[in-house]
Amino acid sequence: VCFVPGGSDCSISFISHVLGKVCVQGRQKEILSVLVPQLADLTRSDCIWQRICWRLLECVPDRWMEAVLLGFVQRAPGADALSRLLGNLVVKNKKAEFVVTQKLLLLQYGHTTAVLQNLLGYLALDSLRRGLLIKVLQELLETWGSSSAVKHSPPEQQQYISKAILICISHLKEPEIESCRQELLRSMMEGVKCHLDSNLPQIRRLGMVVAESISAKINTDGPVLKFQYEEDDEVRELKSLLAQTPPLCVVPSLPDDDRNEKADTAPPLALGGNKSSATAAPAMPDEESDAELDSDDDLVPYDMSEDKELKTKAPVYIRDCIEVLTGSEDVDKWEATVKALESLVRKNPAATREVSVELAKILLHLEEKTCIEGFVELRQRAQVAVLTTDPIRVAEYLTSQFYSLNYSLRQRMDILDVLVLAAQELSYPKSRGKTKHSDAQKPCIQLIPGSDSSKDWRKIVDERIKSKTQRFATGQSQVETSSPNEFNSVAGHFFFPLIQHFDRPLTTFDLLGEDHIVLGRLVHTLAVLMYLAANTMAVTAMGRALLEFVWALRFHTDSYVRQGLLSCISSVLLSVPGERLLEDTTEELLEAQSWLGDVMEKDPDGDCRRLALQNLLLMENLKKKLRTVPS
Amino acid sequence: MALPPPDPQFVLRGTGASVHTLHFSCGGQEPAVPTLFSGSENGLIHVWNLKTHRVDTALDGHGRKSVYCLETMGSKDRLFSQGRDQRICLWDLAEGRASVMDSVFTENVGFCRCSLLKVAQGRWLVAMAAKALEEVQVLELPSKTSVCTLKPEVGAKLGMPMCLKLWQLNGGLQPLLLAGYEDGSVVLWNLSMGKALSQLVCHQEPVMSLDFDSEKTKGISGSSEKVLSIWSLNEQQNLQVYKTHTLVNAGISDITIRPDKKILATAGWDHRIRIFGWKKMKPLAVLDYHTATVHCVSFSDHKNPSERLLAAGSKDHRISIWSIYTQT
Repeated sequence: VCFVPGGSDCSISFISHVLGKVCVQGRQKEILSVLVPQLADLTRSDCIWQRICWRLLECVPDRWMEAVLLGFVQRAPGADALSRLLGNLVVKNKKAEFVVTQKLLLLQYGHTTAVLQNLLGYLALDSLRRGLLIKVLQELLETWGSSSAVKHSPPEQQQYISKAILICISHLKEPEIESCRQELLRSMMEGVKCHLDSNLPQIRRLGMVVAESISAKINTDGPVLKFQYEEDDEVRELKSLLAQTPPLCVVPSLPDDDRNEKADTAPPLALGGNKSSATAAPAMPDEESDAELDSDDDLVPYDMSEDKELKTKAPVYIRDCIEVLTGSEDVDKWEATVKALESLVRKNPAATREVSVELAKILLHLEEKTCIEGFVELRQRAQVAVLTTDPIRVAEYLTSQFYSLNYSLRQRMDILDVLVLAAQELSYPKSRGKTKHSDAQKPCIQLIPGSDSSKDWRKIVDERIKSKTQRFATGQSQVETSSPNEFNSVAGHFFFPLIQHFDRPLTTFDLLGEDHIVLGRLVHTLAVLMYLAANTMAVTAMGRALLEFVWALRFHTDSYVRQGLLSCISSVLLSVPGERLLEDTTEELLEAQSWLGDVMEKDPDGDCRRLALQNLLLMENLKKKLRTVPS
Repeated sequence: MALPPPDPQFVLRGTGASVHTLHFSCGGQEPAVPTLFSGSENGLIHVWNLKTHRVDTALDGHGRKSVYCLETMGSKDRLFSQGRDQRICLWDLAEGRASVMDSVFTENVGFCRCSLLKVAQGRWLVAMAAKALEEVQVLELPSKTSVCTLKPEVGAKLGMPMCLKLWQLNGGLQPLLLAGYEDGSVVLWNLSMGKALSQLVCHQEPVMSLDFDSEKTKGISGSSEKVLSIWSLNEQQNLQVYKTHTLVNAGISDITIRPDKKILATAGWDHRIRIFGWKKMKPLAVLDYHTATVHCVSFSDHKNPSERLLAAGSKDHRISIWSIYTQT
């Protein structure tokens, strides 16, 4: 398509119509991939071409405007090119304004970052259009800050809006910031609150990054908001949006102040990783090189190699540990005790069993007295050790405390973590002590705990075989010694008390209300416990209880909780043997199946949909497997 | 190949409480028994017979409050003791007696040990922490008259005096006082004029103990941190830091220089006694016997060098006696 440059007035409305029709039919790519670069080139230096282009677009009928505009926005090589091509179209044409400010930003979210940058850069480039930029920013912030949007919209859309906000902010100039500083601050505070309330870490991070950026922009001289989060690719990408790169080609027709703006919006932002490595080496006072010989100092030093730093010794008995942890003022001893506790508990199971509940209580309430490294982990490992040594009583204690008054959310979640870790340890078949393992190999060392005739005969047979076979070479024999599943007898004790009281609110703890983060963790914990309970006796009863629990909570608004519920179903399907599932829980399964179909189609969260699909597939496989087995 | 550190020659048990102070009295004539005095936290002063290693007498004069300073005045029949009952007691121990001859009420509830100096026959000066927070009082004994009160200037913020040492230059001129304070500084006071001649900040933490060698005009101080500070006095009577020595573990309760000025001993919070050569602060030995903080160290005043002993008293209720570097 080439235009004949003539001196005459020509009407190009016909061409606009053609363009519009072609675009609306879906042929944007073909026509615009030729048209846009050529127009971009032509309009670079020639004002007449610019005007022709603007006229072209103005004449596109409203019903096709969106398609054309979208194509242009996607294909323009940069915001300035877009500006040349579109001119002040958004100001003149209502439909164009709607498309650019509302539809592309708020209603759709599938576009790339480049499109966003083009669009918003375009809005920022001309003073007539900057008003629109501010308006757009306000609307974006409103959406970003509304709690229902944060809860119900998909994470991809939230990411898109966050990116748009960051780009807008990077375009704002000082006087504009001044005028809307209060509003920015207000929306930021509201928005940050909703974001931090969410259970999904991605949403929280988005909220934190955007809030930090807004705060940095509006408080250039005061203290800035700073969050602690892990930087990953997404975060880095978001932060890079704040740094504006100057345009690739400088257009002479652009007003001067815009060019300056671009030049200094390449700020030395968080690229100030030049933390002054204040490694001013402290001048060590040099040891005096004793050049002088002292003739009358003939005192011979003794061996001082044992002179090391003093370490307090940890107590050796469990009861001493309890004393130190509860009463002692000696912080060195306290520290040493905390570090040594786990190994002591594991080495003295009998002694631990005598005081297990007391020890569990102390550990649950143990707070960091001094600054030890890894205190939380040490405490958790000690708790797990106590729980595995005396599962039933300690599990009873912990599950009852989970639903008691006056615990912090962190403590309740710690209880859940400890239960899961202990269940994992108990359900795995590895032998708990190295000595046990080696004893099973050597038939001569008799360490039979009980008069187990089954072990005897095996030893006798082994010896007989050994004496009668000629061995030419003994290879590595990897015999996995099997041991009884220790989780079998206690699975129910871990599981049922947790599920019992979930709907009974206490004054300080309301699982179904605002403490939904604990509910989410509880649901995930139940899923793991269910999975680990495979091959235990209680598994069918657990499965049934869990399916009922899931049914009661299936419409929960928090997506983390829903993901947990779906993993519960997966665990049930994987752990409970197929026949038992079909016989005992048929109605629950059918109800679950219909719910899963619903979730798969309509749930806003991508992970939930994926999990629902997996569950349906599992169910299908199960049915197939059971059908092929001849009953 | 360096030898392993020696073991204690013997260990005295039986005080029943933390030992806070020790004082030898072994310089007497042959029939006199070498004696060690020890003051404990239960208020008792034990008189140990170093031949039998047993307690000869236990003196109870401080109402069961901890005794933290002991000195002898002239002979071992005259004992000077200071306790936490805010009293200084002067004992008469001759011929088996065990009575308090005189006492001074110091009104000071701190832990600062007194320092005693003989200025003339029968006349002693004692420096002690006074009632007011930063002041040091000097009395003459046995008359108990006040010689002077040493007040730091307003705003000096030295804190409590932690340790004191009265000394005289060898010419027998006016006595001077070195005081270590809570803020880590050591101040040299002139008693006759009652004012400070020099102040030196040696430590970041309170000065726990100090000792001074009047021949070389060099002193050493230890504090609750890991650094020992050695300082000297120049001709203008100014203190300046000569050297510092860093220890492995923090905390020193007591420092003593042996009377022959060859070695010194430090008592540490890390249960160890450290021996250094005084000339160059060369570390010589680390004596590791006690199981709790060592509160005090003391060298004996035996006339015969080969009999010299070092005693250390600790919180674990034991007193260890060592025979170390006796050949020189």
